[in-house]
Amino acid sequence: MTDDVDRNRRHFLTVATAVTGGAGIALASIPFITSLKPSARAEALGAPVEVAVGSLEPGEMIRVLWRGRLVFVLRRSDEMLSRLSQVTEYLDDPESSNTDQQPVYAVNEFRSRKPEFLVVEGSCTHLGCAPLEQFEVGPAADWFGGFFCPCHGSKFDLSGRVYKGVPAPTNLRVPPHRFIQDDVIMIGAEPGTA
Amino acid sequence: MSRIESEIGTPKGGFIKWIDDRFPFTKTMKHHATEYYASKNFNFWYFFGVIAFVVLFIQLFTGIFLTMNYKPSAAEAFASVEYIMRDVELGWLIRYMHSTGASAFFIVIYIHMYRAMLYGSYRKPRELIWLIGMLIFFVMMAEAFAGYLLPWGQMSYWGAQVIISLFGAIPVIGETLVEYIRGDYSISDITLNRFFALHVIALPMALIALVFVHIVALHEVGSNNPDGVEIKDHKGPDGVPLDGIAFHPYHTSKDLVALIVFLMFFCGVVFFAPEMGGYFLEYANFDPADTRVTPAHIQPVWYFTPFYAMLRAVPDKLIGAMTMGAAVLLPMLLPWLDRSRVKSIRYRGWIYKSALATFTVSFLTLGWLGMQPVTGLFVILARIFTLLYFGFFLLMPYYTVIDKTKQVPERVVWHG
Repeated sequence: MTDDVDRNRRHFLTVATAVTGGAGIALASIPFITSLKPSARAEALGAPVEVAVGSLEPGEMIRVLWRGRLVFVLRRSDEMLSRLSQVTEYLDDPESSNTDQQPVYAVNEFRSRKPEFLVVEGSCTHLGCAPLEQFEVGPAADWFGGFFCPCHGSKFDLSGRVYKGVPAPTNLRVPPHRFIQDDVIMIGAEPGTA
Repeated sequence: MSRIESEIGTPKGGFIKWIDDRFPFTKTMKHHATEYYASKNFNFWYFFGVIAFVVLFIQLFTGIFLTMNYKPSAAEAFASVEYIMRDVELGWLIRYMHSTGASAFFIVIYIHMYRAMLYGSYRKPRELIWLIGMLIFFVMMAEAFAGYLLPWGQMSYWGAQVIISLFGAIPVIGETLVEYIRGDYSISDITLNRFFALHVIALPMALIALVFVHIVALHEVGSNNPDGVEIKDHKGPDGVPLDGIAFHPYHTSKDLVALIVFLMFFCGVVFFAPEMGGYFLEYANFDPADTRVTPAHIQPVWYFTPFYAMLRAVPDKLIGAMTMGAAVLLPMLLPWLDRSRVKSIRYRGWIYKSALATFTVSFLTLGWLGMQPVTGLFVILARIFTLLYFGFFLLMPYYTVIDKTKQVPERVVWHG
């Protein structure tokens, strides 16, 4: 009987069946993997939010949620803004050269559209804890006010720029935002990013 | 052959024969129990495999009953756990059994793994048993992590935030992967719902399947023993290892006593200290999840703290995550890292004994450090012990070779 076996034919059939079956499994996995993506509802709930900032005192910060994420909106006083240049030597990325962490219009010392209004995600770039605000200067010589993460000790200045030698690798992320009125910020409002 | 063996072992006709003609009942019983011969010199350390099996059963059983009252939605989860605790009759007892069971599972498994390290149970020909066991450990960690999100307390939420963010450290695909895990832009109702599915269906099924394979592999090769000698090398005329006795009824009846002692401790915790001073149930988790505020002191449950301490010891996100991953994966290589001529600690020299002692101290200290704040001295200590932990594994191929070993006896050493 073995003499009658066409080994080439058998080999071809084995490989063809295996390849077809493998392709079938790969294709069948698509719906299961794609279903894990954020759903249409999750995307819809991630729509932009409007924040009225007119009533904020200088030095006051509010916390809002956008896409379920915490966003800090801080109105910096002139005195706070003046500290930003003093802290530069302690920072890892003072020029905001990491383009993933902010839109192009926030690539400046203030990391914002208008110097006084800072809009950053309240999520430490290390492991996602919410940093605490500590806006006073000192007692440490390198502390000019900013955000401190209680989880693993990462430090950020008043522009959300990360200090050197802390576990967080990058500056706090600035979400896309724009002023729709002089005192109303819309967070998440850019074509294709909402 | 013992009396009970011969009773079960001989097909009697009738019902058992009817079954045996259709399903390998007697054959399976013989292979896995009445004619599975394990060494007669098993000691204290050998109780924990059976105990782990029972704890798995406790978790599955109590879990089913918790599922009947728990609601996997962000709006209702926290309240439904409170409902179980207050309104469901004896619901608190079932929940405490489950929460205590989670910690007990890790205590038992850590001891079970340590036993393998003491007596070289991972060595040839048991490498595969060890690898399957490590897989069980990984699935258990995932299971515990997914389960910890379900009460939707502050520590559930922020603990999950931290651990899921770890995947974001992976270059290029990290951020997308994190979105696929959460199913949302932040940890939300959607995340909770899918973690529930993983916790009650996918991971338990994987766990049961792996435990099954673990035991099948063990019963194929045969159990190791405190002397690390192969009992199958010396068989009597009946083909039974001279130093082996049947798993059932001999080992089972002895294990039953150990199980009762274990359950006494277990019930002691369930009834008198279910929170275990914040170690088994963390106090921060009695507050419902709040997206806006991270608890001042964030730490995982005790069984993850050794690895968490290593993560925090490194001041870099990616390298920290890699260190932690490597620390978890490294024990998988033990069968190939250990080049000693002997298996058991009884016949090893002072070098291995010191290395194992260093490893033990490092692991326990890291566990403690993982619960401390990340400040000055603690960070330095965490770095030292992380190095020692890695040193134990990575230097093993060298020190196990130069270590002076003692002569291993032909047969197991046995008093009694």
